[in-house]
Amino acid sequence: MDLLLVLPIVIPFGTAIVCLLLWDRVVWQQVITLAGMAGLLVTGMVLLATISEDGVQATQMGGWPAPFGITLVADLFSAIMVLITGGMGFLVILYSLSSMDRPRERFGYYPLFSIMLMGVCGAFLTGDIFNLYVWFEVLLISSFVLLALGGESAQLASSIQYVTINLLSSTIFLLAAGMLYAITGTLNMADLHQQIPAVEQQGIVLALAMMLLVAFGIKAAIFPLFFWLPVSYHTPPISVSAIFAALLTKVGVYALIRIFTLIFVQGMDGVHQLILVIAALTMITGVFGAVAQYDLRSLLAFHIVSQIGYMLMGLGLFSSLALAGAIYFMVHNIVAKANLFLISGVVNRLRHTYDLKKLGGLYRTQPALGMLFLVPALSLAGLPPLSGFWGKLMLIRAGLEAKDYLIVAAALFVSLWTLYSMIKIWNEAFLKEQPEGAASLAPDPDVEQRSIWFMLVPVIALTAITIVLGLAAEPVFHLMQRAAEQLLDPSEYLGAVLGS
Amino acid sequence: MEIVLAIVIGVLYGAGVYMILRRSLFKLILGLSLLGHASNLVIFTVGRLTRNAPPLIPEGAYTLAAPYSDPLPQALILTAIVIGFGVQAFAIVLIKRAHRITRVDDFDVLSTQQV
Repeated sequence: MDLLLVLPIVIPFGTAIVCLLLWDRVVWQQVITLAGMAGLLVTGMVLLATISEDGVQATQMGGWPAPFGITLVADLFSAIMVLITGGMGFLVILYSLSSMDRPRERFGYYPLFSIMLMGVCGAFLTGDIFNLYVWFEVLLISSFVLLALGGESAQLASSIQYVTINLLSSTIFLLAAGMLYAITGTLNMADLHQQIPAVEQQGIVLALAMMLLVAFGIKAAIFPLFFWLPVSYHTPPISVSAIFAALLTKVGVYALIRIFTLIFVQGMDGVHQLILVIAALTMITGVFGAVAQYDLRSLLAFHIVSQIGYMLMGLGLFSSLALAGAIYFMVHNIVAKANLFLISGVVNRLRHTYDLKKLGGLYRTQPALGMLFLVPALSLAGLPPLSGFWGKLMLIRAGLEAKDYLIVAAALFVSLWTLYSMIKIWNEAFLKEQPEGAASLAPDPDVEQRSIWFMLVPVIALTAITIVLGLAAEPVFHLMQRAAEQLLDPSEYLGAVLGS
Repeated sequence: MEIVLAIVIGVLYGAGVYMILRRSLFKLILGLSLLGHASNLVIFTVGRLTRNAPPLIPEGAYTLAAPYSDPLPQALILTAIVIGFGVQAFAIVLIKRAHRITRVDDFDVLSTQQV
């Protein structure tokens, strides 16, 4: 049992080490990383199945009993996130096999990718707030390198902004973790849950909650802290953008949901209202930013911001249905958003540009690709019976039950604009006539000779997952509901970590 | 002693924020590093300052006697310093590289050049 909790961290770590040893042999690195990601995916499945059967699992590192040692703990929410991390890792690596250029592969793309996933899995599994900081740093520093790898000048300028803002948020996080320890004498999240109500100065608790809201909010790209995301996410190669879009902001959202359901629970009504306001503003600014863009990747990057708003809305409403909706929406969004990024990579492969003004006529030559694009695009806009519809339905019902009509109105309004921006991509890239002179754009010589099939298989797989998530909404919904109930009533979590 | 440390922390934060708000890339790095040090000092200070009280369990006892300095904040700071060093090293290389390619030290120029 202990092994199962450690494996999601050890597998990517081992993969990275072996890849570093095989530095000069890119083909071997590809094989090993692919195998490692498949292992991570299988571990995620086993973990989810085990937790679904046996309840929350926890293990103490180094044999120190909690709250003294470092705890690894997985409830359903963590297990769902680990599973989706494994799935995305596997598919994006498969995609990279034919889309990543040789120089980047030679300079350690595969080991960096593994280390980043190790950080992501560690952040999902840890039960200790300082350990969470460490895992954040692990995933951040590998994401810094992945973002800057290649050293094009656009990449460098955006990396500097990304590095600066993330270092600031880490500093705030570290400060808040240190002060939490100072007022409670513990860093274990389950123990913090019990110690926080006993703290005399609840004002300090509220202040620390706000510091962590800012720190994780920067990582999750919420309003008004999102500006670093659209300037950085569109500069690296598409498979890096796709895995960033899929996982990194969601780690921030995961941390927000975790601390506001486990650590800061009482006396946080005002904070929930604040989160709802932030959620609405995040949705609206994100989608308006997206509508204004003509670069496929920038458009999708702004959309990430907009969708984060929906997840926050679930946290702000803070009912079991709302949290279930937020988790469902996260899963749906990871799949659909990464898929759109991957498809834009395929479009770039075919036409050598991301600029919507230079694209056109793709539907005539590639009708199948058009269909593959429509599924995640419509899902993102929330059309039934695709996955996005159910996620939004749950969130909007939760909003109606809580009588928060303004946030519901904002969510519906933003859905329309999402649909509009997806139709814009569809019109510009697929439907309109191809503009003159567009065919003369030069292909990338490093990539061109490789098979396109490795790019299409992940796209098809993710499209299939989007459809299945939509059609099998019932069982998935029940799983999310159980995960949400575990979040709202952490007694099982506390029992697993601290022993009853 | 706490007063002195509080003043030092305030000065470090002030200097750090000031440096970050400059447009120069080099000052950006200095600023980030100052902010990191300030945060470490905060943790050190809120971890309560005690002198001549090592957290050692005397022979025959099972628990620590009352006045002891908590080792955990120092362990946290140690970890944070190591991580901070790593990230700063990366930031220095990144900015050196950016400078070598673009030949500017002004962030506004760098970020508008690409658009």
